Amino acid sequence: MPTSVCFYFQVHQPFRLRKDYNFFCIGRDHFYEDADTNHLIMRRIAQHCYLPTNAMLLNLIKQYPGKFKVAFSISGTALEQFELYAPEVLQSFKDLAATGQVEFLTETYYHSLAILKSKTEFTEQIRIHQQKIKQLFGQMPTTFRNTELVYNNFTAHTVEELGLKAILAEGTEQVLSWRSPNYVYRPYTCQNLKVLFKNYKLSDDIAFRFGNKAWSEWPLTADKYVSWLDAIHQCHGETINLFLDYETFGEHQKRESGIFEFMAQLPGKILASGKYIFQTPAEVAATHDAKDIVDVHNFISWADTNRDLSAWVGNPLQDAALDLAYSMEGMVLETQDPQLIHTWRKLLTSDHLYYICTKWSSDGDVHNYFNPFHSPHDAFMAYANVLSDFKQTVEQRLSERPKISATPAVTAFAAPPSPAKTHRTRRKPRTV
Amino acid sequence: MKVLMFGWEFPPYISGGLGTACLGMTRELSKLGVEITFVVPRFEGDRSQAPVHIVAAQDVVSNPENFAATKMSAHLKKYIQLNAALRPYQNLESYDEYLRKLRRQVPNCSGLPGFQGGYGANLMEEVVRYSIVGGHLGASEDFDVIHAHDWMTFLAGIEAKKVSGKPLVVHVHATEFDRSGEFNNPDIYSLEKYGMQQADQVVTVSHRMKNIIVHKYGIDPNKVQVVYNAVEKDDMSQLTQLSHLSAKRNKIVLFLGRITMQKGPEYFIEAANIVLQKMQNVHFVMAGSGDMATKMIEKMAAMRMIDRFHFTGFLKEPERERLFAMSDLYIMPSVSEPFGITPLEAMKHDIPVIISKQSGIAEILGDSVIKIDFWDTHKLAQAIIDVLSNPQMTQTMIENNRRTLEQIDWKYSAQHLLDVYRKLL
Repeated sequence: MPTSVCFYFQVHQPFRLRKDYNFFCIGRDHFYEDADTNHLIMRRIAQHCYLPTNAMLLNLIKQYPGKFKVAFSISGTALEQFELYAPEVLQSFKDLAATGQVEFLTETYYHSLAILKSKTEFTEQIRIHQQKIKQLFGQMPTTFRNTELVYNNFTAHTVEELGLKAILAEGTEQVLSWRSPNYVYRPYTCQNLKVLFKNYKLSDDIAFRFGNKAWSEWPLTADKYVSWLDAIHQCHGETINLFLDYETFGEHQKRESGIFEFMAQLPGKILASGKYIFQTPAEVAATHDAKDIVDVHNFISWADTNRDLSAWVGNPLQDAALDLAYSMEGMVLETQDPQLIHTWRKLLTSDHLYYICTKWSSDGDVHNYFNPFHSPHDAFMAYANVLSDFKQTVEQRLSERPKISATPAVTAFAAPPSPAKTHRTRRKPRTV
Repeated sequence: MKVLMFGWEFPPYISGGLGTACLGMTRELSKLGVEITFVVPRFEGDRSQAPVHIVAAQDVVSNPENFAATKMSAHLKKYIQLNAALRPYQNLESYDEYLRKLRRQVPNCSGLPGFQGGYGANLMEEVVRYSIVGGHLGASEDFDVIHAHDWMTFLAGIEAKKVSGKPLVVHVHATEFDRSGEFNNPDIYSLEKYGMQQADQVVTVSHRMKNIIVHKYGIDPNKVQVVYNAVEKDDMSQLTQLSHLSAKRNKIVLFLGRITMQKGPEYFIEAANIVLQKMQNVHFVMAGSGDMATKMIEKMAAMRMIDRFHFTGFLKEPERERLFAMSDLYIMPSVSEPFGITPLEAMKHDIPVIISKQSGIAEILGDSVIKIDFWDTHKLAQAIIDVLSNPQMTQTMIENNRRTLEQIDWKYSAQHLLDVYRKLL
């Protein structure tokens, strides 16, 4: 029985906020995004990563027709920035879709942590994302991955309700304990949904350790890697789930590390051994039965060494910002203004909270690498200022609307904004 | 009357009251005919090997920074910059931090600790190094009296006195006691005490400070003179133009100062929390930077005020003015404030003021300001609510403030200082 090799690549870019959005901007300046930086970063990553790697994968797919398959999940914010700043990247993904050997997953359009705060918002962001994927790539996704692979029973159950067939998660020992990630499982609380756990050792060997000369296994060759896969095949592992951030190729692992050569050789070596087949996550879920039920009550993720939520929530700055952002849900939706709603949702992207993380472990270095701000407190101040201005904008909009009422000639200009309309944020931190 | 004055750089090159006070004092003293040779520390790094840099009033230097300094120091007989890494309000940690930052910015800096002609490895060493250079000025300059501002220059003043034999006035703007409370640094305390003992007269900024000097440092009260600080008033005609900005929906309550224990920022935040639960349309702003800034941001966030409480970071002059123009109430909740010039700045902008009783300025402000104990956050919150909901009260306070401001002027402080100098000759 051949072992499945399942590659999935995560593609995401946030709409980064202006670093100079200070107190004096509140009430005056409603342009929150740092368009220049976002443009620059998109062009750079397109050049180093998206374009060359897509071209390489396209080649490999043509080289092994019907045999080499991969999957992508692309956030809505990344898709929008392709349209704005790098349309050729979008075209290259469309070319990949056209091969029929690439699966596109779905996630929350705005790469948000809505699962923590609002089930309705969570499901709505998935619905919007599915539409976009269908429109761009002609596929209706059936596999889901949550932002940063945040996962638990409640997430799985909600996803099953939407009719999706498979969900991805991080294969931490916390939840797997003695079980291996090399099988398909059923989430506790679900009837039909299947969960695929990332083989984090083999995934991170490529994503994190590949170029590290101090690593005991450096240099990693395709042959050596296949020998590690063989160890799993020998124990009758059914699937090897290799979930990577797409920026591994050319950004986190620079071209000089040899990552492109490695990846170009790998599929050939894997197929040559005859022990493996490449499958997309949807195929893996369809092919294999769930071996066991896995009960995950507390949220897990694929971030940092803790692989929990501590990269985005837990310090008072993050908690306060998260609470404030979601407290506006009711009034934002009430405006029925697509532009305002879109702006609000872009503010829910998880990266804004990631920049505010104050952990001091080795994870701190990873965070600093990604953080456009000098410090988490600077990131917090910009984010809080933006949220404040946005909240005022929405309140202003709601107070200007003519009120529909049975008695004539009652307008918003006569009545002052009612205090009940302004949302009060929670006083106590919400336990997650 | 000629004075050798060890002071601090004038605004905008300085953060806090020391530079402002030096400017106000020297300007008015020069109007009284006093000739001042003014000495300040200024870090030159690798740019200048010379320990001393004299900026003469009539020299127009191509460097725009120096030109501004020249302009503002036109009233001084001589303006001398000594190459030293001293800045106001430094403590041992902040000095180390400062050197680290400088070393990162100036990689070839020959002024690394321990090198000959370099900077002191720590703050105390730098203060001693400064005193040696400053002492030389005692021989080269012509003066009748030496005047040393704040503890970091006391040793320099003493060296100049030893060399010249002229009398020394030390000006105590703050002490370790009100900076650090019980956890004061014994080296700094000793230096402060030594300075006050060696001086011929001690000048300080309030009776509150005089009490600390007499009781905590054991100085004879007859040797201690109280000369109150004042506030710059030359720019008042420009201020009214900004007031049209204040037409807005939300009221703004302002804290502007260093975010450090001494200034009581946590009491401001706690009072804000109480007020925000009772009042709508009020926003609180904490402007400034300091060693407690990050903790205060976290404290505020934990209280869930983030959409109605804002931090601005350190503000330079035009933004400070703008913020004052936007504000409706100024709070100074200091735990221990030797004088406190910023309430006067607020008063210039026609902003009502609430200050802590534990401050020097409370001695000279009458009922035009509300005074509370710094720890009494409920009373502070109530006072804020009272002022903001009562326009009549606000108006009365503003009018009283205008009258009070007329009595407060650097010219009175300068006259008082001149009397102190005269008695020493």
